[in-house]
Amino acid sequence: MGLRRILDDMAPHFEKGGRYEKWFALYEAVDTIFYSPSKVTVSPAHVRDGVDLKRIMITVWFAAFPAMFYGMYNVGFQGISAMSQLGLQSTGDWHAFWIELLASYDATSVWNCFWFGAVYYVPIYATIFIVGGFWEVLFASIRKHEINEGFFVTSILFSLIVPPDLPLWQAALGISFGVVVGKEVFGGTGKNFLNPALTARAFLFFAYAPNMSGDSVWTAVDGFSGATSLSQIAAQGLPAMSSVTGHELTWMDAFIGREQGSIGETSALAIMIGAAILLVTRIASWRIMSGVFLGMVGFSLLLNGIGSDTNPGFATPWYWHFVLGGFAFGMVFMATDPVSASMTNTGKWIFGLLIGAMAVMIRVLNPAYPEGMMLAILFANLSAPLIDYIVVRANIKRRLARNGI
Amino acid sequence: MSVDTKSILIKPIFSNNPIGLQILGVCSALAVTTSLRVAIVMCVALTVVTACSNFFIAMVRNYMPSSIRIIIQMTIIATLVIAVDQLLQAFAYGISKQLSVFVGLIITNCIVMGRAEAFAMKNPPGISFLDGIGNGLGYSVVLLTVATIRELFGSGSLFGIEILPLVSNGGWYQPNGLMLLAPSAFFIIGFLIWALRTKRVEQVEKDEFHIAPHTIAEASH
Repeated sequence: MGLRRILDDMAPHFEKGGRYEKWFALYEAVDTIFYSPSKVTVSPAHVRDGVDLKRIMITVWFAAFPAMFYGMYNVGFQGISAMSQLGLQSTGDWHAFWIELLASYDATSVWNCFWFGAVYYVPIYATIFIVGGFWEVLFASIRKHEINEGFFVTSILFSLIVPPDLPLWQAALGISFGVVVGKEVFGGTGKNFLNPALTARAFLFFAYAPNMSGDSVWTAVDGFSGATSLSQIAAQGLPAMSSVTGHELTWMDAFIGREQGSIGETSALAIMIGAAILLVTRIASWRIMSGVFLGMVGFSLLLNGIGSDTNPGFATPWYWHFVLGGFAFGMVFMATDPVSASMTNTGKWIFGLLIGAMAVMIRVLNPAYPEGMMLAILFANLSAPLIDYIVVRANIKRRLARNGI
Repeated sequence: MSVDTKSILIKPIFSNNPIGLQILGVCSALAVTTSLRVAIVMCVALTVVTACSNFFIAMVRNYMPSSIRIIIQMTIIATLVIAVDQLLQAFAYGISKQLSVFVGLIITNCIVMGRAEAFAMKNPPGISFLDGIGNGLGYSVVLLTVATIRELFGSGSLFGIEILPLVSNGGWYQPNGLMLLAPSAFFIIGFLIWALRTKRVEQVEKDEFHIAPHTIAEASH
């Protein structure tokens, strides 16, 4: 066990009184990536579980990989398709150098699409990771708490819910806001009441609306304007939907993810693979996921039933709501964040139903926002403590009544 | 100026700031801070109203029956606010339009009422007047800081003069739309309070409860 010995030899320098005392959080982070800590809690209230926070977070990180890899492919596919429509030979900025280094602009080749997407995605992810990591380490060092792998999750989730041509400085600003205001000011992982990745996205959404919404940001190519499926629904209703290449968008296209949108949100299929990992390992709550799904189905059926002559969105069936926009991604990765969701089992159902119903409500009834998943989840995050409070009070009341006190 | 009057004037600026420590009067701080010019007018209006209301209330404080004192205070404050509002409409109509209801809402500003109740009811007029000025200054410090940040980053300008050339005018700065929305003032005030309490630790409130520290033992496996 050479590595163990190296780490142990280094330990005294980082512990209290050592030369690098300030950097203890970093040492601790590296140490616990490789080895499970031997420290256990002995004070009364604690959970006995073989899986600790770090393993949970890393599992979520891995579960996001299918969506991420498909996202890279799709960014490339959409980008190259858009370029051939515009008749462009090259993206014409610094991306072009890297793209042409290893690939060409040919949408039929999986590798070309994948590489094109990677050239756009990797800088965004790297920026988010480095800037967010900087804040995480800074707060961990000053406030003397541990660096948490929760940050891996926040960074990858945030990078997957932004448009592919997001300027890098905005990515940096967004994650700074998400990590500092969404999490660290409240005391770090486990004490935040909002999902940090969504806080970051909400910040960018309101601060730099032209880069985060509208028709021209969803494809990596400058100058290409194409409405997302959701805004097409809001404007014309289902039958008129078309994809980048101009042909009609089928449900299967939307399910597999051959549509434009935020990097990792398009493919419900890839997200379902992640969901399977999270459910089998019992890391994400099936109650929340089911709640979100049923809330969405229920509310869209209600709207289908009411119908509307002026708003074509009313007629959108639930299976379309499921595959479009950020619904699937939000349901699987955002709503199930254990820190900002409700804690009680009944509360999780209510929390999920609230998200599902509100997401459809905002999508269909609010003309200003074609997508409602982000705001619905943030709203439910805010309501989560109240939901838990009501559930706990109701339980106490029920038991008092049962015992006739 | 004795030490006492000086501290009455200076203390509310940092060590007992009405917004920063007492968290009063935040509503108008959210509403009128998108541009510096409007914020300055609001600060002057509020400072004048607080000082004068303190002065007049302190003058009649010994003749007020305690049961109807709030009504009397409100009458005095409302009179002053209406006077200020009329003056603004007469001499600075444009700004008065921008401030819209918020001048009128000074009547319900917690700082004015708070100082009247907490200070002017117990102290002579002169010193009450200074207390009003001091609290007005404390309010102004926060308001002007927030307005500077919001106007600079939200519109790239200060007092309407372009400082950061905007992309839309051929420059490089892309304005931050969030800064023009009310929530940004919440964040900025939050950050200001954070900074203030980092500097002056005595302002940090005591925890309502104490979380017991983890007792850690080495596992025996």
